Amino acid sequence: MSALGGAVPAAAAKVRVTYREAMRAAIREALERDPRVFLMGEDVGRYGGCFAVSKGLLDEFGPERIRDTPLSESAFVGAGIGAALGGMRPIVEIMTVNFSLLALDQIVNNAATILHMSGGQFNIPLVIRMTTGAGRQLAAQHSHSLEGWYAHIPGIRVLAPATLEDARGMLWTALENPDPVLIFEHGTLYAMEGELAADAGAVEIDHAAIRRSGTDVSLITYGGTLPKTLKAAEELALEGIEAEVIDLRTLRPLDADPIVQSVSRTHRAVIVDEGWKSGSLSAEITARIVESAFYELDAPVERVCSAEVPMPYAKHLEEAALPQVPRIVAAAIRVMGEHG
Amino acid sequence: MTLETTPALPPRDHALRLLREMLRIRRFEEKCVELYSAAKIRGFLHVYIGEEAVAVGVMQALVPEDAVVATYREHGHALARGLSARSIMAEMFGKLEGCSRGRGGSMHLFDKATRFYGGNAIVGGGLPLAVGLALADKMQGRSRVTACFFGEGAVAEGEFHESMNLAALWDLPVLFLCENNLYAMGTALGRSESETDLVLKAATFQMPAWPVDGMDVLAVERAARRAVEGARAGGGPCFLELRTFRFRAHSMFDPELYRDKREVEEWKKRDPIPALAGALKKAGLIAEADLERMEGEIAAEVADAVAFAEAGSLEPVEELERFVYSEVSPR
Repeated sequence: MSALGGAVPAAAAKVRVTYREAMRAAIREALERDPRVFLMGEDVGRYGGCFAVSKGLLDEFGPERIRDTPLSESAFVGAGIGAALGGMRPIVEIMTVNFSLLALDQIVNNAATILHMSGGQFNIPLVIRMTTGAGRQLAAQHSHSLEGWYAHIPGIRVLAPATLEDARGMLWTALENPDPVLIFEHGTLYAMEGELAADAGAVEIDHAAIRRSGTDVSLITYGGTLPKTLKAAEELALEGIEAEVIDLRTLRPLDADPIVQSVSRTHRAVIVDEGWKSGSLSAEITARIVESAFYELDAPVERVCSAEVPMPYAKHLEEAALPQVPRIVAAAIRVMGEHG
Repeated sequence: MTLETTPALPPRDHALRLLREMLRIRRFEEKCVELYSAAKIRGFLHVYIGEEAVAVGVMQALVPEDAVVATYREHGHALARGLSARSIMAEMFGKLEGCSRGRGGSMHLFDKATRFYGGNAIVGGGLPLAVGLALADKMQGRSRVTACFFGEGAVAEGEFHESMNLAALWDLPVLFLCENNLYAMGTALGRSESETDLVLKAATFQMPAWPVDGMDVLAVERAARRAVEGARAGGGPCFLELRTFRFRAHSMFDPELYRDKREVEEWKKRDPIPALAGALKKAGLIAEADLERMEGEIAAEVADAVAFAEAGSLEPVEELERFVYSEVSPR
C-alpha cells in the first residue's frame, strides 16, 4: 500500500531529521513555492515559535510573511479566514489546541460554514496548525486532545501527522486544498528523530495507512499514540501475536475502508486514542466497525483512551491517565483471549 | 466630538438615487414582514427599517472592488450593494435561485460578484473576517477597502477589541461601521457597556473615530467618503459610530417589552426617508409626482422579486450534501 503517497525513489538519499525540522522544512518549502503563503500566529517570528518549529524563518522571509500576532486567537484565525477569502494562502499557527478554544467561533461558525452558507460561492483555502496532546506534565489547561471534537465538524479537514514523512509532506497538500484544513501536531512528536528521504515532499491527505502489517488484531490509532502503539505491536509479536497498526492520518473525512478491511482480516480491533472515550473519535471508529464489520468480529472492540479526568500535573497520575504501551498490550491480549 | 452638520443637498440625480435606494429597502422589507406572516419566509427575519440611511450612505463611497461584511440584519446592505431584489427574495424563500442557493436564508446573504461576504449571524464574528480581507488586500498591494458593519452590541464582544487592535496594529484598510441603534436585541447600551461613548472606546485603538448622524443619509455618505479616502490612501482603519434606530422589533419573535413606545415614536420623527424627501421637495428638486413614480417603480420591483421567488425551484434533496467541501479546486 502506498501509504506515503509521494514517489520516493528506492535508493534515495536519506537525511536524519526531527519531526520539528520536517515541519519547518514543509513551511519553508510552501513559502518558497507560493508567494500567497504566509505564516501567522503568536510568537512565530521573533521568538521562533513556541515549539521552535518556525525558528529562523523570520530571518529568511521577513515580518510580512512570518507574522507575529497579538494574543487574539479569534481575531487572527478569523483574519486567516478573511485573507484566504481575499486570495492568500495563510498558514495560521495556534500555539496549542487548548488556545484554539478561543477561536472556536471562527473555526466552527465561519471556516466550516461559509462555503455552504454561500451556496458554494466562497471557499476558504486556509491551513491552521496547532499542537495537541498531553505527556509533558502541563496539567489540565495545556494537555487537551480535542482533535476529535474538530473531526465532528463538517466543512473542515482534520489531519494528524504522526510520522516524519507526514510532518514533511502533509502541509503542502493541505495548502493546495481549497477548503480549511486543521493540522494537529502532537507535542511529544516534535523531538522524534529518524531518517527521511532527502527529497521527501508532498503526500496525499485522504487515506489512512497501515504502519505495520499483521494478521491477529487491528490496532487503530493516530497522532501521538502511534509510536506507543507500534511499540505495543512489537511487544505483542514477542508473545506470538501479530498486530496490524493503522494510522488514521486524516481524522475528517475519516477513511474508514482500511479499518473495516483490516478488521475483516483480523476479526479483532483495539482503538488507541488520547482523547476521552465519551462522545469521541474512538467511539466513532467503534461505530464504523460495528456498522460495517459487525459479523466479522470475534471479540468486542476494545478502546485504550485517556482516563476521564482533567489532566493532572503529577507525573505518575498523568502517566496513569494516558494510553500507555502496557495498556495497549493488555487490551490486545484480552481481545485475543475472547476466542483465541 | 459632536455630530457633523447636515451637508448641503447633492445634485438632483444623486439625491434621487439616495432616496430611491432607501425607499427600495423600506418597501422590500415591509413586503418581507408581510410574507413572514404569510409563512412564505421562515427562520429568523431581522428588518432594517429605520436604519436605511446607514447602508445607503456608506455604499455610495465604495467601488465594486471593495468588500462588504455585514450582519444578520443585512437585507438593506445587500440591496444597496447591488444584489438583486430577486436573488435576495428567492433566498428568503429558500429557493435555488437565491443568492446563496437557499442555503443561507435571511441571515446569510452572500454574493461573489459584488464581494458581499455575508450575512454573518454571530455577533462580532464578521469583524475578524474583515480584518483578513483587508490584510489580503494590503499584502497584495491592492488599494481596496473592506467595509465592516456591526451593531453596538458587538462592541461588548472580545472579537471587536481583538479585531480593532489587529487592524490598527497592521494599518489595514478596514472601515469599522458601528450601527448604534441603542438596543442589542433587548439590552440597552447603558445596560451592557461600562463606557457608553463608543467613539472614545474606538479611539483608544489609535484610529480615527467619529460619530455620525445615522438618520441623515447625506451625513453618512460624507463621513463614509472621508473614511474611505483615508483608508484607501494607506491611513489604516477607522471607526464610525452611526447613530440610528430600528423602528421595528428585533426579529419577528420580539414583543418589544424592553423599550418605551414613545421612544420609538420620537425616533420615527427622524425617519431618514421622509426627511430626505421633504428636503428635496423644499428645495424644489422633486415634486409629488416624482415620488409617486418612484413608489410605483419600487412596488413593481418588489412584486417582481416576489413573483421570481414564488416561481423559483427547490434544490433537489439529492444535492443536500453539496458545498460542504469544494467541488473544483480554484487553483
